[in-house]
Amino acid sequence: MIRILRQIFRTGIVTEPLPGEVTAEIEQVGARLEETVRKRFSGSLAIRQVDAGSCNGCELEIHAINNPIYNCERYGIHFTASPRFADMLLVTGPVTRNMEIALRRTYNATPSPKLVVAVGDCGCNGGIFGESYASLGGVSKIIPVDVYIPGCPPTPAALLNGILKAISKF
Amino acid sequence: MSILKKAIISSLGKAVQFIEAYQYPVSVHYCAVPREKFTDAAKAMKNEYALLAAEWATDETLFGRGYGIFACYRWGSEYLIVKIQIPADDPAFPSITNIFLPAYRFERQIESLMGVKPLNHPDLRPWIKFEDWPQDAYPLRKSFDASRPMPRVAGQYDWIKAEGEGVYEIPVGPVHAGIIEPGHFRFQAVGETIINLEERLGYVHKGIEKRFESMRWEDGFRLAGRVSGDTTVAHSIAYCMALESMTGCALTERAHWLRAIFLERERIANHLGDIGAICNDAAFAFMLYQMMRLKEMVLRTNLKLFGHRFIMDKVVPGGVVVDIDEKGKQEMLAELDYLAKDFDRLVDIYRENPSIEDRVRDTGVLKPEKARELCVVGIVARASGLNLDCRIYHPFPPYDQHDRIELDVPVPITGDVYARVKVRIGEVRESIRIIRLMLEDLPAGRLTSPVTLPSAECAGFSAVEGWRGEIIYWLQAGPKGEVNRCMVRDPSSVNWLGLEQAIHGNIVPDFPLCNKSFNQSYSGHDL
Repeated sequence: MIRILRQIFRTGIVTEPLPGEVTAEIEQVGARLEETVRKRFSGSLAIRQVDAGSCNGCELEIHAINNPIYNCERYGIHFTASPRFADMLLVTGPVTRNMEIALRRTYNATPSPKLVVAVGDCGCNGGIFGESYASLGGVSKIIPVDVYIPGCPPTPAALLNGILKAISKF
Repeated sequence: MSILKKAIISSLGKAVQFIEAYQYPVSVHYCAVPREKFTDAAKAMKNEYALLAAEWATDETLFGRGYGIFACYRWGSEYLIVKIQIPADDPAFPSITNIFLPAYRFERQIESLMGVKPLNHPDLRPWIKFEDWPQDAYPLRKSFDASRPMPRVAGQYDWIKAEGEGVYEIPVGPVHAGIIEPGHFRFQAVGETIINLEERLGYVHKGIEKRFESMRWEDGFRLAGRVSGDTTVAHSIAYCMALESMTGCALTERAHWLRAIFLERERIANHLGDIGAICNDAAFAFMLYQMMRLKEMVLRTNLKLFGHRFIMDKVVPGGVVVDIDEKGKQEMLAELDYLAKDFDRLVDIYRENPSIEDRVRDTGVLKPEKARELCVVGIVARASGLNLDCRIYHPFPPYDQHDRIELDVPVPITGDVYARVKVRIGEVRESIRIIRLMLEDLPAGRLTSPVTLPSAECAGFSAVEGWRGEIIYWLQAGPKGEVNRCMVRDPSSVNWLGLEQAIHGNIVPDFPLCNKSFNQSYSGHDL
């Protein structure tokens, strides 16, 4: 136990501020995020992430916004286990034929009003997988999308930025 | 002569025909046997203690000769590919599932996607292909129009059912509770104890193998880098190596070494994430956040030095597109020093924590004999005493320079979650050590070498040890030198079977822990 405490003290708080331009970006995005979440979502924005067929690259970066450095929870953003109490769906793509029904069901299970954010180049337009017998293309082919976050995969800062853009539309 | 070659010749005699000047690199033997001898060949391999590495089908109508079924066997550093030719009007072949268990899913997949039927296969339910696909849709056939969406038809998947007093069923997925990929798991349980787990995968089937066929050789590496995003470096290296072997392209030493540095950095980043996530699934969140912090540091160094957090698209046919300078080297060495020190402290905490030990020891045991039977690869195999690592056996450059890079990976035999964490810990340390070695000794040279296009009718093979394990690519050029087939075998294609077996007798709440300790790719499996 003493080792754990020592490690915690040694590590300190690693949540940004960070060196360089990333800091400015995150700080800026963060401050606005927190305010919007507080105002429009009573302090808490619940996100349900849906992988509708991604290569799992986008998932790694969505994980990263939960790490202690980006620490999205400080803005009141948290990921839920069920769409039933989510405000937002964060969908990575391309939407595969085999995931189409599950994506529709998840969308329908999310209470209105709801936001849909399409993540990654594939989520935006199908990316390198395009449209074929197995891949239906971007998320908007299946459910209405409010905001797109391009990138392969988008960086954690771009993700936070995209989430902010979506909730300021709310 | 190689052991496998000798074994198949002594068992099948004149029926085996070794084919030269078709398949590259020539160190991987390639032979054809008559269709009815396919199982005999498999038995000969089994008697020699070989393992089945992959089994796949090709549509060879463009060559005017029906279908081809291939089985790739591995023994030590040797690979042997056995091919049978199937006439177009009788698309069936003898199943080898009764001899090699991993063929179980390979053959279901061949039936589903290529429409060549494995005879005497115990379970012909479709795999990857869902029940609502048209029955006659075989996407890997040349006659299939991949650009058109398929209509949905009515159909039902026959789940395995357990019956009896007190047996109940828990369906999970495809959309899971966490931020992970989709797949469906069906547990049959009595009380808390799992008596059977059935996996149903294929949800993220994007038609990758078919997609390769419509791409140019020089562009395929980008798609390979997106087969499984967390393994982008290893997949693009594997694709490029197979292509380079077909075209006889020789890379500079520097390019090989830089690829290895990328590969080891990918290994470190993913293992750090996994160790943290496994601890988190045993309610030890402290470790998750500490490991995620270290992982983030590695990714940021990647971005700074190589221009991408996961080093995506930096490995290209013929070499690499980013270099490292003296300043970059110093920066990476400093990062590794910090990482090594902090990592050691965290490992001490992990080792001294009895409550986490209680959760990970004897949980999700994959016994060595089971691991061998299932022919699992990579970290899962090594945690169950099966010493497979293509960096050591069948090494690819620069790992073949044993006097300069020597690897020592742990191979425990307990096969539990603890062992799989132990392998990861050992590998993080080894990777740090060999990256340091490689940085000190980085040879000079160009980054890329010119790559020609493959000539008509040849094939290329590669095996690369990604962080999950052995990745195999097999590329085949068509009659005009175009891409006729690109077979991708991610380690997940075989290791998912291991999870089903390891979970028996465990309690339902330990499933996330076991699953995380395997951490297989859904995308790499579904393709």
